[in-house]
Amino acid sequence: MKLKTLLTGSAVAALIAGAASAGTLTVVSWGGAYTKSQVEAYQKPWMAKTGNKIVSDDYNGGLAEVKSQVEAGNVTWDIVDVEMSDAVRGCDEGLLEPIDPSILPPAPDGTPATKDFVPGAITDCGVANIVWSTIYAYDTTKFKGDNAPKTMADFFNVKKFPGKRGLRKTPKANLEMALAADGVPADKIYDVLGTPEGVDRAFKVLDRIKNDAVWWEAGAQPPQLLADGEVAMTTAYNGRIFNAVAAEHKPFKIVWDAQIFDFDVWVIPKGAPHKDLAMDFLAFSTDTKRLADQASWISYGPARKSSSALVGSFHNDPNLKMGPQMPTAPANFKTAIQNSFTFWADHQDELNARFNAWLAS
Amino acid sequence: MTDASGPIVTADGIPLKRKLARALFRSRARAFGLAFPLIAFIIAAFIIPLISLLWQGVHDPRYATYMPRSAAAVANWDTVSPITEKMAAAMVADLVEARKSRMIGRVATRVNRELPGSRSLFTSSARVAKKMKPPYLEALVKKSKKWGQLATWRAVKISAKVYTPAYLANAVDLKYNADGSFSLQDTKHRINLKLLGRTLQISLIVTLACLLLGYPVAYMLSTLPTRTSNLLLILVLLPFWTSLLVRTTAWIAMLQSQGVINDLFVLFGVTTDAERFSMIYNKTGVLIAMTHILLPFMILPLYSVMKTIPPSYVRAAKSMGAHPSTAFWRVYFPQSVPGIGAGALLVFILAIGYYITPALVGGQDGQMISNIIDFHMRKSLNWNLAAALGLVLLVVVMFFFWIYDRVVGIDNMKLG
Amino acid sequence: MNAVSKEDGFVVFDHVQKSYDGEVLVVKDLNLYIGKGEFLTMLGPSGSGKTTCLMMLAGFETATHGDILLGGKPINNIPPHKRGIGMVFQNYALFPHMTVGENLSFPLEVRKMDKSEREEKVRRALDMVEMGDFINRRPAQLSGGQQQRIALARSLVFEPDLVLMDEPLGALDKQLREHMQFEIKHLHERLGVTVVYVTHDQSEALTMSDRVAVFDDGVIQQLASPEDLYERPENAFVAQFIGENNRLVGTVKEVRDDTAVVVLPSGAETTAKAVNCGKAGDATTLSIRPERVTLGKSAGENATDAEVLELIYLGDHIRCRMRVHGDEEFIVKVPNSAGIHELQVGSKTKVGWATEDCRALDRA
Repeated sequence: MKLKTLLTGSAVAALIAGAASAGTLTVVSWGGAYTKSQVEAYQKPWMAKTGNKIVSDDYNGGLAEVKSQVEAGNVTWDIVDVEMSDAVRGCDEGLLEPIDPSILPPAPDGTPATKDFVPGAITDCGVANIVWSTIYAYDTTKFKGDNAPKTMADFFNVKKFPGKRGLRKTPKANLEMALAADGVPADKIYDVLGTPEGVDRAFKVLDRIKNDAVWWEAGAQPPQLLADGEVAMTTAYNGRIFNAVAAEHKPFKIVWDAQIFDFDVWVIPKGAPHKDLAMDFLAFSTDTKRLADQASWISYGPARKSSSALVGSFHNDPNLKMGPQMPTAPANFKTAIQNSFTFWADHQDELNARFNAWLAS
Repeated sequence: MTDASGPIVTADGIPLKRKLARALFRSRARAFGLAFPLIAFIIAAFIIPLISLLWQGVHDPRYATYMPRSAAAVANWDTVSPITEKMAAAMVADLVEARKSRMIGRVATRVNRELPGSRSLFTSSARVAKKMKPPYLEALVKKSKKWGQLATWRAVKISAKVYTPAYLANAVDLKYNADGSFSLQDTKHRINLKLLGRTLQISLIVTLACLLLGYPVAYMLSTLPTRTSNLLLILVLLPFWTSLLVRTTAWIAMLQSQGVINDLFVLFGVTTDAERFSMIYNKTGVLIAMTHILLPFMILPLYSVMKTIPPSYVRAAKSMGAHPSTAFWRVYFPQSVPGIGAGALLVFILAIGYYITPALVGGQDGQMISNIIDFHMRKSLNWNLAAALGLVLLVVVMFFFWIYDRVVGIDNMKLG
Repeated sequence: MNAVSKEDGFVVFDHVQKSYDGEVLVVKDLNLYIGKGEFLTMLGPSGSGKTTCLMMLAGFETATHGDILLGGKPINNIPPHKRGIGMVFQNYALFPHMTVGENLSFPLEVRKMDKSEREEKVRRALDMVEMGDFINRRPAQLSGGQQQRIALARSLVFEPDLVLMDEPLGALDKQLREHMQFEIKHLHERLGVTVVYVTHDQSEALTMSDRVAVFDDGVIQQLASPEDLYERPENAFVAQFIGENNRLVGTVKEVRDDTAVVVLPSGAETTAKAVNCGKAGDATTLSIRPERVTLGKSAGENATDAEVLELIYLGDHIRCRMRVHGDEEFIVKVPNSAGIHELQVGSKTKVGWATEDCRALDRA
């Protein structure tokens, strides 16, 4: 008797749990202020609209988790925010679901999505949501007035601007910045880096700061390193620095010279447990309004042209206009370098090995 | 048993040997039945995945599976004579096929490991391969002049090998060439042997440090009354109660440039505020943190061996006129060697595969071989190279095990 | 051997006290003088302080108070390895990682003796214990008795003047133990070395020793030759500890010369040799050895009624448990000779003893 009730009860509980999990989407992104901007701009409205739940998970980029989940046949992530190069590579290797661009809503004026997104933002397996940038920022209490760094070359000049340097522990962006600091114009960076001499040249520039380097891996680290006084300047994702300044009033300043900009892209791992929900979320979150909303939380540029007009002020400070904070703002964009995902797809194995050997020597 | 004498039989006429075997079988079957779940678990959850992972270090069928025609075409190519139209035709057919099956990315990844830049060559060529017309070699070279270079085809020939020494060679900083020879990796890319050497060096230093620190502690514990020593043993084991991560992070707080130790040094004038010691995010930090974390693994076997050495041995030696140090070195120490062996081997083998601590506090010069394995597992996604590095590490561990067996003797080890 | 004075004692314990915890004295004011060449046994139950005394002599424990002298020199501050005292341990303490030969050679090596001399001495010491063929064996390959001999040889090989033995035969079976007792005894006689021997086995002590110091509660209860200990125990503890003993408890009525009249609980009176019984009115313990009791018609002096409770046949004699003066554990040893057939369980007879053989001791 008692056993029977117990069994019935647990069966019901299991059913409820099953039903609940059917509507729970696992969304994976980079954590910190960036994930917060997505929660506010995409996730909350979507949950309110559809009644589904979202579990938000953090990671540090790369395809490792996606690859192991897909190859083990046990995919738990539904939708992941990745760098463009990983979206292309993951698609090539069959790790990601192809995405039909016709599910993306048109702009408010009726322009179809494929025309509304900036060129290159939609790929076979991914749809870009933002344009972000790797920049470097410094502590304004350490460098003041004319004594402040202004160019990429200044970042690699520890004689004139003494202090530790924070850099992401990967050759990506670092090598481009090194060449830019050495005088290579933005449109020639990857041509130079494609030659052995160019690689040597980039590493020679990196050698200048090797003894002062502190290596970071998670996007949340650089503002922390700056705040703790562990470094005097650091490369970072521009939104993180903006957020530390705007929300936490830290004395940091971004140097936009030779910024490396890239897309962040939504991808859906092959065999995602809630593929249809994920597609729905992807389409919803990349519509004109959501992308514009996100820009009021963090200074990343929307991937849709139609969103720009809607970008307003920082969410808790109406006087802080977001437009000039974007990587794509004309004043910031003069010397910008677009990250070449094809270059990195071809050369990252080789350059990673070289970079690791360089680090270890 | 010979037929002439006939086997001994039991009262019911069954040969004794068979009867005994049957009786023993039953008890063995029962024992096996009890152990079976564990054995099955280990085989299913550990041995099979381990072997299949390590297998990847020498086995990479990607190219041959998805590009069978070109793989066959380059098999007999001598790597120096000109590229033939036959090879080019096979390549084009394969590219069309691989594009259709969406496997071109995997193939491109494989070839790119042998020749950087090949990924885009393969993916972009595959996109247009369908429209290519004979002569195919000309068509390919028109798409990219790289198709006319021997280096590209050599990379194909290496990639086409299903059982390949390329990853193992890479793991020990060698390069496997298309003609079957090996050459040294160029200096700017050599890292694995260096890390392996550093791993061994760190492991040996940590083992030695654990021995020097742990031996007196274990000795003291073994001489104390059981009640006290049990209490102190709990203190020795106390670190196990907190997570490895917490302990490692605690060392960061202690050793960092603004940390406790440096503060004390500045306070007592050992150094100045401007010249604080860097004791973390380098090899020093790894050595300190690992020694601390692995110390119990040295103390426990030492203690359990020392506990069994009666104090009367040293007393006997002293009564015979041996100076306390002579008594220690000639009588006590040799008897504690099994504990030293067990502890040192345990610490050394644990240290050689250590990962979290060097990852957290290693900085640039404190990285170990496990960290590069992790890098290839999680970042570069080159699982084959990670597996090959794992194999190399396994061989190194086995080698040290063998040395240990030759020098000390494996049956002379006492784990507790 | 006669008493040894403090002046000519080879080993002297002079007012030695020892405490481990600062609360309890394990050894209380020990004064013991051991002559050169003497075989002295410290005998006592476990916890009586005998092993502590041995360890203080060897140097592994320090005396809390008092002096220990060896050959006239105080050795309190001399570390064990400079005392030159041979020692045999309870578990033999043969070094398991060395062969028999290396074990014996060890004390000679630490004395920097050259190789040929060492080999000669090792060979001689092994021959002495008839173990010459075992020089290359490891201790683990030897039987308990063989290990014992090696341990003995090792303690003697560097020719110390004094050898300490801490229950060396405790681990051997009875037969081997008795055999080894004689061997050790003979070695002692042959070499003339001074031996201090610790045991809790009284028959071992009686067999081997020149003198025996009986320990109880940190105090030497009696120090005497084996014969004196057995025949003339000075207190109830010694009488009870050494050999078999019948005890009767009573009260002293009067003491005349060295004879005491004792009233037993039954009201009967008996006479005994006054040894340690105090004055009239004090409680006393009477000690009578079972073989000194006379039985039946021959019971003259101190004769009293007795009832046979149990008979145990032991071949050469019969152990007879009786009720005497109300005590039901009274043992009489009856030689297996003519006339014993009268004894039946339940039969009544008379027992008696010479006043000389009944010793009135302290109240235990």
